[in-house]
Amino acid sequence: MKSRKCLSVLVSGLMVLSCALTVQSAEKGELMMATTTSTDNTGLLDYLIPFFEQETGIALKWTSTGTGNALKLGQNCDVDVLLVHAPPAEKTYIANGFGKDRREIMYNDFVIIGPKSDPAGLKGKNISQALSAIKTNKAFFMSRGDDSGTNKKEKLLWKNAGIALPDKEEWYVQTGQGMLATINVSQERNGYTMTDRGTYIKYQDQQGGDAPLTVLVEGDDILLNQYSVLTLNPKNCPDAKYDLALKFSDWMASESAQNKIGEFRLLGKRLFIPNAK
Amino acid sequence: MAFLVEGFLKAMELLINGDTSTWSAVSATVKASTGSMLVSLLTGLPCGFILGYFDFRFKRSIRTLLDTLLALPTVCVGLIVYAFISSKGPLGDMNLLFTLTGIAVGQTILAFPVVAAITASIIENIDPALKLTLVSLGAGKKNIILTCLWEVRFGILTAAVTAYGRILTEVGISMIVGGNIKYHTRTMTTAIALETNKGMFADGIALGIVLMAIAFTVNLSLSFLRKR
Repeated sequence: MKSRKCLSVLVSGLMVLSCALTVQSAEKGELMMATTTSTDNTGLLDYLIPFFEQETGIALKWTSTGTGNALKLGQNCDVDVLLVHAPPAEKTYIANGFGKDRREIMYNDFVIIGPKSDPAGLKGKNISQALSAIKTNKAFFMSRGDDSGTNKKEKLLWKNAGIALPDKEEWYVQTGQGMLATINVSQERNGYTMTDRGTYIKYQDQQGGDAPLTVLVEGDDILLNQYSVLTLNPKNCPDAKYDLALKFSDWMASESAQNKIGEFRLLGKRLFIPNAK
Repeated sequence: MAFLVEGFLKAMELLINGDTSTWSAVSATVKASTGSMLVSLLTGLPCGFILGYFDFRFKRSIRTLLDTLLALPTVCVGLIVYAFISSKGPLGDMNLLFTLTGIAVGQTILAFPVVAAITASIIENIDPALKLTLVSLGAGKKNIILTCLWEVRFGILTAAVTAYGRILTEVGISMIVGGNIKYHTRTMTTAIALETNKGMFADGIALGIVLMAIAFTVNLSLSFLRKR
């Protein structure tokens, strides 16, 4: 019985200690960010954030998810700052009183990728014509289907092309997963998908430079993919670390960070192009 | 097949070279699962004992409820815990979201019914003759209970191992409550999910092998205990 008592004392001690540790680390200039899968999957944050921590002394942790969910985490005050890419949704977010400052940091563009054989004949078409061709040929198209920034943009493109969202069509596959996972599904099923260029380059890199899926549609103005840092509205989230979030936002727009973003390359190509003002 | 071979070689490489992110995932897994195991044993064993040993009203309904909870999907636990510990939730002030403690809370909810239900069954199935013998030998109530507990020690070990298996393999709670944060709340299972998501199958398999090695070590040490 004595040892049992000892054990319970030990356990409660451990629990108190672990609680104390969590509280303590939360006090020491620590920032929690929700971001999109593209900034994480490409390895950009793994490369960039150590510089931020070194230069500012602020520790940054991040969870990566679709932009829709990231915005929700901010709305619930579960994070302190957001790095997302869905400008219209971001503006509504601020108008609704959830976000405060929005700072454009970098961009790349969306592209439609597909098999080299290009069964639906997308090559040379503009984005609206390409989507019509996919629909007419009932070619497999993989959608993220997860309300991420990419998914939001894709839905907008269908609308622009005058096509009702093919939600229930058999050729329209909604993976519900991150961008790299969705590209991998497209490869397995020999289908098309829309991706940001950064994630596509990462995928090419993984395939040793010779990927089965290739860029078929690119270049329309509407395909621009803008990434921004969003701070939360202190009125909605009084406990979120607004000051530190602003510091992060400023740092991302600083010359040093902008240069580093521009220097981040795979296969010699830039994944994100800095454009902070 | 190539994935498996490549994965195995990679697993050896990760472990031997002391890869920081792998070891941090191992340590996160061990920390969270140890915490949740201790709490679920400390609460589950007494509850299971009471349910199995004594007779009282609603006993059957509680057992049914407990058995239903055995099949609780981990993502549902993750969602429920998230709703409670989110900053806008009733326990938001405790700052448990995106921490290992938060994961441990969710895992405890998962493991508690396993420990309690299995313990209750084992206690129920104790040979009735044992109690009679003890009474006829003039044992007091406390001695009877202690002797019964000693008799079922291996059964309780089984309950613990089963619960540990459920905790070690879950991914829903770790992902939703922990947030898969590198070097902090990234556990073995969420790391495997992430690598697979990125199409890095060999890395996923490597981590899977490491996870199986942990499970194997735990089981081996427990069966060693049983032999003694």
